[in-house]
Amino acid sequence: MKRFAELIRKIDSTNKTNLKVDALTQYFREAPPKDKVWTIAILSHRRPPRPVNTTLLRTWATELANIPLWLFEESYHIVGDLAETIALIIPASEEDSEKSLTQFLDEIIGLKKRPDEEKRDYLHENWTALNYYERFVFSKLITGSFRIGVSQKLMTRALAKATDIDIDVLAYKLMGNWDPKTITFQKLILEENEADYLSKPYPFYLAYAIEYKPEDLGDVSNWFAEHKWDGIRSQVIIRNNELFVWSRGEELVTDKYPEFEALVEALPNGTVLDGEILPFKDGVIGTFNDLQTRIGRKNISKALLKKMPVILKAYDILEWEGEDIRNLAFVERRKILEKLHTEVKREELPLHLSETIEFSNWEEATQERERSREVMSEGLMLKRKDSPYLVGRKKGDWWKWKVDPLTIDAVLTYAMRGHGRRSNLFTDYTFGLWDEEKEELVTFAKAYSGLTDKEFRSLDAWIKKNTLERFGPVRSVTPHHVFEIAFEGIALSKRHKSGVATRFPRMLRWRKDKKIEDANTLEDLKQLIPKPDKAG
Amino acid sequence: MHPAGHIIGSSQIRVEHKGEVWVFTGDYKTEDDGIAVSYEPVKCHTFITECTFGLPAFKWQPQSEVYTDINNWWAENKDEGKTSVIFGYSLGKAQRLLRYLDTDIGKIYTHGAIENMTEVIRPLTAMPETTRVTRETTKDQLKGNIVVAPPSAHGSTWIRKMVPYVTASASGWMTFRGARRRRAIDKGFVLSDHCDWHGLLESIKATGAEKIISTHGYTDIFTRYLLEQGYDARTEATQYEGELGEENKEESNED
Repeated sequence: MKRFAELIRKIDSTNKTNLKVDALTQYFREAPPKDKVWTIAILSHRRPPRPVNTTLLRTWATELANIPLWLFEESYHIVGDLAETIALIIPASEEDSEKSLTQFLDEIIGLKKRPDEEKRDYLHENWTALNYYERFVFSKLITGSFRIGVSQKLMTRALAKATDIDIDVLAYKLMGNWDPKTITFQKLILEENEADYLSKPYPFYLAYAIEYKPEDLGDVSNWFAEHKWDGIRSQVIIRNNELFVWSRGEELVTDKYPEFEALVEALPNGTVLDGEILPFKDGVIGTFNDLQTRIGRKNISKALLKKMPVILKAYDILEWEGEDIRNLAFVERRKILEKLHTEVKREELPLHLSETIEFSNWEEATQERERSREVMSEGLMLKRKDSPYLVGRKKGDWWKWKVDPLTIDAVLTYAMRGHGRRSNLFTDYTFGLWDEEKEELVTFAKAYSGLTDKEFRSLDAWIKKNTLERFGPVRSVTPHHVFEIAFEGIALSKRHKSGVATRFPRMLRWRKDKKIEDANTLEDLKQLIPKPDKAG
Repeated sequence: MHPAGHIIGSSQIRVEHKGEVWVFTGDYKTEDDGIAVSYEPVKCHTFITECTFGLPAFKWQPQSEVYTDINNWWAENKDEGKTSVIFGYSLGKAQRLLRYLDTDIGKIYTHGAIENMTEVIRPLTAMPETTRVTRETTKDQLKGNIVVAPPSAHGSTWIRKMVPYVTASASGWMTFRGARRRRAIDKGFVLSDHCDWHGLLESIKATGAEKIISTHGYTDIFTRYLLEQGYDARTEATQYEGELGEENKEESNED
């Protein structure tokens, strides 16, 4: 544990990517193999399930610190991180623990089934046997989300440096379902492994947003365009008469989309498709909000399947007849995909093709992009016809060209303290729009990005001086500030108080020139909801 | 006036009227920093206390350990051929840092604002030799040495001369990982000129006061806790910047 805690401390005490990679590389060279597996698992969000709920964690930490529970809660709101709060309030320790990271994780996994009394004793014993930083790391292992500024990509880079294995090969090895408890470092990283191949997806190729004008991409005839669908990016794998559905977050989500079982029959073994899972009801593509009803559910009931069926809008094929064809030109891959689609097409089959569009000039492309909201897309994707399917986010061959966001002027009504680097600053805001009588502000969205650090600080200071009421970590503030809120999509919603759901709202501008009377109404917002186009 | 131990010259004020004694602390700390005259508890009936760090999350290490950490950090940076830049307020924190930096490691350079303040303080207390960073100071002269600068120097053009450099801040706020990351500082040393949670509670106890008025910091939380402990406690709005406290003062300096 000491070595792992030291690694996290090093990563946490620098803002420089190179230093983080160096610290990780050194760790991957020196740590015991089993600890390395766990470190990879933790940094790729494969933590063990939480053995203790946070209410009990708080209560037990509070007992050790000998403070009232409310004081712990207040401290937590200010510190902004549960594990950090626990580590801070528990008295300094004189003891020392020599247990390894693996031993800690084995214990934490075993803890889940123990009675509360034992859990409590275990936590008390270990909290007091670790120094401040180890206590923080230990608590993080228990509470979960290990977000310390290391992406999986960064970790893979360090692992590649430490093992001399190609970074793309490593990215492939780290995907999929492996269990850190049972797998060895040898098997996971060092060994070539055929048996695991069956369910393994390919690393997704991700696009950057277009930087200037599409004209800068040169001759339009070198490019295919597609609409950019707003669903869940997924890979659908058919191998050995089995179906595997992977989301972009490298999560195996096969169970959530039972309608895709039909593809096992329809598609030949050795087929991997890349596409977007979209809600598709009554022959019309739905909104992301519609899809939300499927994403959150653990049990997919028949009623829900009927109410909100999904399709795969396929745009690429990565494996065909068991061969990895990612190095073929996009135009060649598309030929295979389109031929396959024509052969298997049936009305009830949840497999649709994302049509490619060719233009004779960029103006035509611009006009097509304008149409995006009508066809329920977020804009266009531009893909170079001769491009291979690359690994990760790469510039050059694929570009996102989203439509400009929708915007509305809203009033700041509530504020909450942020987390991580924004702890102790009020940076998470709630915004309201006027009701019909322009008397009351109705909450319509939350946003916490889009302002500069300086603007956040000045707004934070204002909030602290203009608080009306406190509700735990949330404060209501005097309606005074108007912000231009931008968002990607909009749809009617029963789950929102305002009756409207917006997608990815954020602050575009602080409208200091506007008074609250100048803010928009809820009715103005509803006017922005697109009328779906049947043809989409 | 009684010493408050916050910075050199800082005082508490004791007022007595018809046998009733009130003490107003201003900013204070209980740990003796060897520069300011040490804080002394003053018996009173009503104690008006600051509570900048009035949360149980704040718990200071003994300062000798922090100084050792700072000097080790400096020595490590020197080994890597880098210049160490440490931020602290011009009055108070800067002199504390200067006093305890280990000049066997290298030379101490200072930002103009800190050098000016230190010149005023030199006749009052022992300070090591320092060199002002001027236009003529070269990169090579700075290399491996330490530069003490006010927080406002962070991110300024002035600091470019120090490349390659590593930054640190010495402040009670460095308790929070988020506070350090927000400022994009490489290293945080928890070193404060205020009381930590226990420091506040012990000071209150030592005064024997029953009425406690909190002026700035996490006043609401601190007062609620004191009420539960049986004190007659309340908060008082002052010209201090309330809970914005030291943190935002420091941050606004950066702009």
